[in-house]
This record gives sequence, structure tokens and C-alpha cells, in this order.
Amino acid sequence: MLTLNVNSQSLTTDASPDTPLLWVLRDHLGLTGTKFGCGKSLCGACTVHIDGVATRSCVTKLEDVGTRKVTTIEGLSSDRSHAVQRAWIELDVPQCGYCQSGQIMSASALLANNPAPTDADIDHAMSGNICRCGTYPRIRKAIHRAAELGREGGAK
Amino acid sequence: MNARVQPGAEPAGLERRDFLKASLLVGGGLVLGVSLGACGKPGASAGPALGGQPNAWLRIGGDNTITVLVDRSEMGQGVYTSLPTLLAEELGVPLAKISVEAAPPGDAYINALIGAQVTGGSTSVRDAYQKLRLAGAQARTMLIGAAAERWKLDPATLVVADVAVKAPNGDSLTFGELAEAAAKRPVPKDVVLKDAKDFSLVGKPQPRLDTPSKVDGSAEYGLDVKRPGMKYAALAQSPVLGGTVKSVDAAVAEKMPGVIKVVTTKSGVAVVAEHYWQAHTARDALKIEWDAGANGKLDNAVIHAGLKDAAKGTGQSARKDGDSGAALKAAAKKVTATYELPLLAHATMEPMNCTADVRADGCDVYVGTQVQGIAQGAAAAAAAMKPEQVRIHTTLLGGGFGRRLEVDFIPAAVEVSKAVGAPVKLIWSREDDMTHDAYRPPALDSATAGFDAHGALNAVAITLTSPSITARMFPPVVEKMVDPFAIEAAANFLYDVPNVSVDYIRHEIGINVGYWRSVSHALNCFVVESFMDELAHATAKDPYQFRRALLAKQPRALKVLDEAARLADWGKAPAGRHQGIALMEGYGTYLAAVAEVSVPGGKLKVERIVCVVDCGQTVNPGIVDQQITSGMVFGLSAALFGEIHLDGGKVRETNFDTFRVLRLNEVPSLEAHVLPGTDAPGGIGEPTTAIVAPAVANALFAATGNRVRALPFGARLGLAQGA
Repeated sequence: MLTLNVNSQSLTTDASPDTPLLWVLRDHLGLTGTKFGCGKSLCGACTVHIDGVATRSCVTKLEDVGTRKVTTIEGLSSDRSHAVQRAWIELDVPQCGYCQSGQIMSASALLANNPAPTDADIDHAMSGNICRCGTYPRIRKAIHRAAELGREGGAK
Repeated sequence: MNARVQPGAEPAGLERRDFLKASLLVGGGLVLGVSLGACGKPGASAGPALGGQPNAWLRIGGDNTITVLVDRSEMGQGVYTSLPTLLAEELGVPLAKISVEAAPPGDAYINALIGAQVTGGSTSVRDAYQKLRLAGAQARTMLIGAAAERWKLDPATLVVADVAVKAPNGDSLTFGELAEAAAKRPVPKDVVLKDAKDFSLVGKPQPRLDTPSKVDGSAEYGLDVKRPGMKYAALAQSPVLGGTVKSVDAAVAEKMPGVIKVVTTKSGVAVVAEHYWQAHTARDALKIEWDAGANGKLDNAVIHAGLKDAAKGTGQSARKDGDSGAALKAAAKKVTATYELPLLAHATMEPMNCTADVRADGCDVYVGTQVQGIAQGAAAAAAAMKPEQVRIHTTLLGGGFGRRLEVDFIPAAVEVSKAVGAPVKLIWSREDDMTHDAYRPPALDSATAGFDAHGALNAVAITLTSPSITARMFPPVVEKMVDPFAIEAAANFLYDVPNVSVDYIRHEIGINVGYWRSVSHALNCFVVESFMDELAHATAKDPYQFRRALLAKQPRALKVLDEAARLADWGKAPAGRHQGIALMEGYGTYLAAVAEVSVPGGKLKVERIVCVVDCGQTVNPGIVDQQITSGMVFGLSAALFGEIHLDGGKVRETNFDTFRVLRLNEVPSLEAHVLPGTDAPGGIGEPTTAIVAPAVANALFAATGNRVRALPFGARLGLAQGA
């Protein structure tokens, strides 16, 4: 049994230590907000935060997580009040929505370190997250909007 | 063109709109549904799936809840918002009061524009536009009627507000309080729908109802389905498309942790385990000998040679105005060109998956599908049950784009669930998904034009050669007509030319091809609009003015073309940038685009695309804007990068490293403009996908003089996208 710190909770799992964190979250812990897209760190759908760093959970083995803090989309806020979630709702970003958990986790990690990102900063931080619906222009706008909301003191 | 596909002899649903009836909900409440009456096929694919309720699209509960059953699948295109909007408009309730539920399979839910329960062809709003407003108006009339009877007042004096019926004296009865009495009233036949000028919801931006669940991880896709006692499965499919299992050695896999059973299915060898990663890992330990079948030597060169050979033949006529043959013989000047389009994968973000629960008495299937009825049939066949024993639960779709019109990922899930006696979620890996798609058909198309002695365009002859998707999916259709999904954006050639012919040569290539967002519009718009550009340059005309002069009889096309040119500052591109223009009609929508490119170091960079759309009456302008942009990104991905290769019948591209798609840092400036329109709604989920490639090709020619007639651009020249 291994213990994980997920969304500020201590959770144990009997998953094999070499199981990718993605599948531990989804199948063992029931946190299905984190999505499977490619299995090879190519699309970003599985992005979570590990100690605040945007990380592809599909290529992160359970045994390598250790005691570090894992945050998934379910743990970003309890009520969609994170500035990124508010901006995403305000600008109606999602279409099919499947990639959006990963997009939001990448965007929130960016803003945590860089409260006023430039377009170039956004390019750099978000180019690892594919969206086949092509919501990219709204993602860019929503990140700028989330930065504004953060400056207004709305971010948690 | 708008094809009307009729897979069976059954007339498509238009007539059924007249057979509305109301019935009581168990526990009180109103169900407004469709009675199939004499039209219905007894025991047909439908089957009530909701606690014995009749097929219905509106439920008003005694607790004042309003549920709209949406009979089209939500795959990003916004139907879980736009279709309820139509009903809410006439019912007189705010959109936010409505809950959405996926409709089961059923004849009531047949898409009248297609003839089956299909989410596709950019038809959802067009099909629903009358019938959902009518359902809303009838329900409102019945609720008012019930209140009028209770109060002994003239119905004409009552109004609907705040999910209640209100009397002039201030009395109020909620819909919930009235629902039971309303359900006993006859369904009114003579309701008058609102005039467009009186719309309060339709045509106004409304927040999407599905957005909140898509920003907190709670939205449920097929991949997220959880059932008690559920197991997981991974499937090994023949690496050569169409191959079959010769022998399986599962000795190692069967002993691996968590593995429950190895099951040989009709689709390949499945490993069932307690958890997905165990199934996935054990699958890779299977030793399988495959029979490659007929495709062991198939590659792109073989496919190309086959198309080239077939293209010499004679096709079926899809359009014949005048006599293009004679006109071309007499032409003073002729121009000919040949275009080529590649195989393409759909690459939805959510890989194919299906959860099945087969029990002795029936089967539940949880799946993201665009075809509930066909899915039901496929599952029933796999379970050896009757269709009415199979309940299809449609989840949200993590992308459709036509991929989920296929049901190839359903039977194996049903087979393994039956084999292990438990619910099983079968998940394809990205590699499974990329290498076992029903790919967009390749095409080899030619066009010839003739000018008369005065330099006027007198004849255009287009010959399209490609495999037919419809021949596999809806065989009876192609027995009666030229495959309507092979000739789009060509047979409706918009320009005023006296002699026009469009012919289609069907040539099968040995593998399944599938409907891919915008289907043949994406093939044929590239051909037609590249060719029109070639004709403009061949006669030293401005490509915009050349088209313009041939559109006097097409006011809507002319208008979008003019607006695109105006908004893009046609002819005044900034230094170092070059423009290309394209025009299309598809799905009842007119659109034009101007692409602006640069070529730093000889590499193509798309800088800006301006797209102007006339899709008639819009339902939700915000969703229309999303779809215009979405289609442009999808089309640009394909135009720049998209290509599937076969080597010995195996697909070379396996994941997003080898099948590249557009990323955020590579997106050019995309400008979507919608012309105000009162015409009937046109489709918007697909058309802009098709217009991008020709606009870019034409801009590239303006920049370099290099006419690229085969896609993708990235295979012909260097790309500087994202640089």
C-alpha cells in the first residue's frame, strides 16, 4: 500500500508502484476529472500539479510521487471559484471539454508563478496542451482575464 | 447540398412531428412526447428507456423541474445548450431553469435531414428548429389551458413568467402545480410560433449549460463511467488493418497481476483486469500471431496508383449544365489541374472507449456515440440479444468529428462483459485509436476549364475520384444516387458558367474510410477553390474580382465574399504578407475566407484568417463563434500537418508526435464574422473546416508562385508555424 497526498487528503492505494499516477487517480481513487489523452506526455490532458508544478500524470509513476502534494482539477477549488475557472466560465472556453481539465491545470500553474503572463509566456506554458476543438483563442483570452481577476484579489 | 439519407424504407421523421401527444408522468407531471402512431414500426429500434416513459423531449415535474431530453450528442458543438434554447424560447422559461438529459435511441429522435438518429452533417439545429419550438409552444399552451380552467378565465388573459402561469389579478400557479392537469389536456394543433423579431433567447448569446461541469472535472465522458463491480479491458487489434487473429498465447498475460480473463473477440484479443493499467500491461504480454489478410502489402503508393488508374475511367454524373465536353473541345484556351488529398485520422482527444454491462435479461451500454440506434444494433448483435434489450446511455463525447459515427469500439466491450459476467470498460490507447480509425478518404481529383475567344469562362469539368464512405455505412443510398457525401462543395458549383459537369468515380482502397468533419466539403472545396484561383491567374485577373464577376445570381455568396474581402483589407496586405481567398456553400451556410501568409526563409506561416459566415438565423451567437473558430483550427491542422501513411497495411502514425495537430502557440489570428440573417438556420459545426486549405493554398501561391495541389502543406514545403 502506498500513501498519496491528493487534494490535501492522505489517500492509500494498492496500485502497483509502477502504475502511472493518471490511472491511480482515475481508477483507484475515482478522480476522473484528470483525463487520458495520449499516455506519452504529448497532449497535456492528464496535467495535474505536483508541489504546484504542472506535471503530466500519464508518465509519472506512482512510486515517484512520494510525499509531494498532488492537486487535481477536483482540488483546484471546491466551488469553481479559482480565478482560472471563473475566467473559463465567463468566456465560455470549453467545447467538448475533454482537454479542459489539463488546460486549466496548466494555466493555473502558470499564473501561480507569473501573475501577469505575456502572450509569449502563455505560448510557452500552454503549447503542451492540445485541444482538438480549437478553443485556443479563448484559452489565451481567459488566461489574461484570470490574471486580471487575480489582480483584483479574486484568486484563491 | 443537403443529403437526405434513408437507410431503410421507413420515411424520415418529418411527418411524425404531427403526432405529438402528452401523457402523465408517474408521480404527476407533464410529458410531451411523440406518438409514433401508425407511422411507427412496432418493435423497431426505439424502445422506451426511461422508466417506461414514452419517447419524449420535455418533462415537467411536480417539483417544477424542467428536463429537456436532447436527442443529439454533445461533442463540443453546443447542442446541450442550443436545442434546449429552442424549447425554452416558446415555453417561456429562462435557459438556466432547464436540465438536460441525453435521449435514448428511438424513432422519435430520427434526424429528419438524415433519416436516422445521427448527430452529424451539421444538422442538429436545422432539424430541431421547428420541432423543439413547437414542443415548447404546445407545452406552454397546455399549461396555460390548465390554469385557465382552474381559474375559469380566458386563456388569452394569462401569461407565463417565472416558470409559472400568471393571472391578471396577480394569482400564480407554478408549472409544477399545473403539470398534471396540463398533461390531461389535448395537444393543441394550431399553436403559432413566435416571430423572429420577438425572440428573447434565440439569436441572443447565452452561456453554455455545460460549461460549469467542464471546468471542475465533473463532466462525465465515456471514459469516466463508473459501474458497481466494473472491470477494465484493453484490446489487441490486428496491426494490419483488416487482419485477423491466427493464434494467441496468453500464458504469460493470464498470470499477470489483476488479470481476470483473456477473451478473443471478433475485434481482437481483449485482456480483462481489475484495473486499466493491469489490462494494458498484460495486453502487451500477449503473444499473438496475426493473419494479415488482404492488406499486407497496402501502402500509400499502392493507394495512389489505384486512384490514378481509376481516375481514367468514367464516373457517375453529379451535375450537368450544358455540355462541358463540347464546350471544352471548342475552347480557345484550356486550363487543367489535378489535386490530391491524403488519408486523415480524426484524433479526438478522448480515445475510443465503451462500457458494457451484459446480464441475462439485457444489456446496458455507456458510450459516447453519434449514432444511438446503430450503436444499439451493434451491441445487440454482439450480445446476441434483441435491440430492445439494449439500453444505450449516451455520455458526453470527448470530441466526435465523425469518428463516433462508427461503432467499431462497441462490440468488443459487449463481448467481454458477457464473457466475464460483469460490467467492463474497454479503453483504446491513443495508439489503438490512431492506428484503427476509419480514415478520411483520400482523393485524386481533376478539373478542366475552357475559355471562349473573348476570354469568358465557358466550361468547367470536374472529376472526383475517391472511395465512398456511404457505400459502407448506408449502402442503399448509393444504389439510388451518387454518394451525396462524396460530391459536396463541387456539385453545388456556385459560379455562373454555362457548361458545368461534376462526375464522381468511386474507387475503393481496401480499408474503411469514414466521415470526417465536413466530409467531402474539405476535399472538394480545396479542389474547386484552388482551381478558381488558378483560372483567375491564368487570365491575369484578381482572384476576388474574378469570382465576384461570376456570382451575380448568388447574392448570399456574393455578400460573404465581399465582406471577407472588405474585412481582410483585400489587396492591401501588410508588407511581407500575401492573401488568398476562398468561397463555399455547405450545410445551408455561405462562407468566405481570406488567409494571409508570410514565407520567412521560404517556409509557410499562416498569419491571419478572416472568415465571414452567413448561416441564416442563429440560435446562440456565442456557440456559432466557437464553431467558426473551431472549424478553422481543425481545418488548419489538417492543411498544414495532417497525413496518414500505411506501410504494409499498418498505420505509421501512432500518437501526437507523428500525427501533428495545431497547438496554441501555432494559432494565427482568427477572425470570425457572422452576417445577420433571417434565412432558415444553416449548419455551422463543419463548414469552416473546409475553407481553410484553399484560402491558404491561394495565399501561398500569391506569395511564392508555388501552386501546391496536394495536401498537407508540411509535406511539400517547410513550415514556420509557431515560430
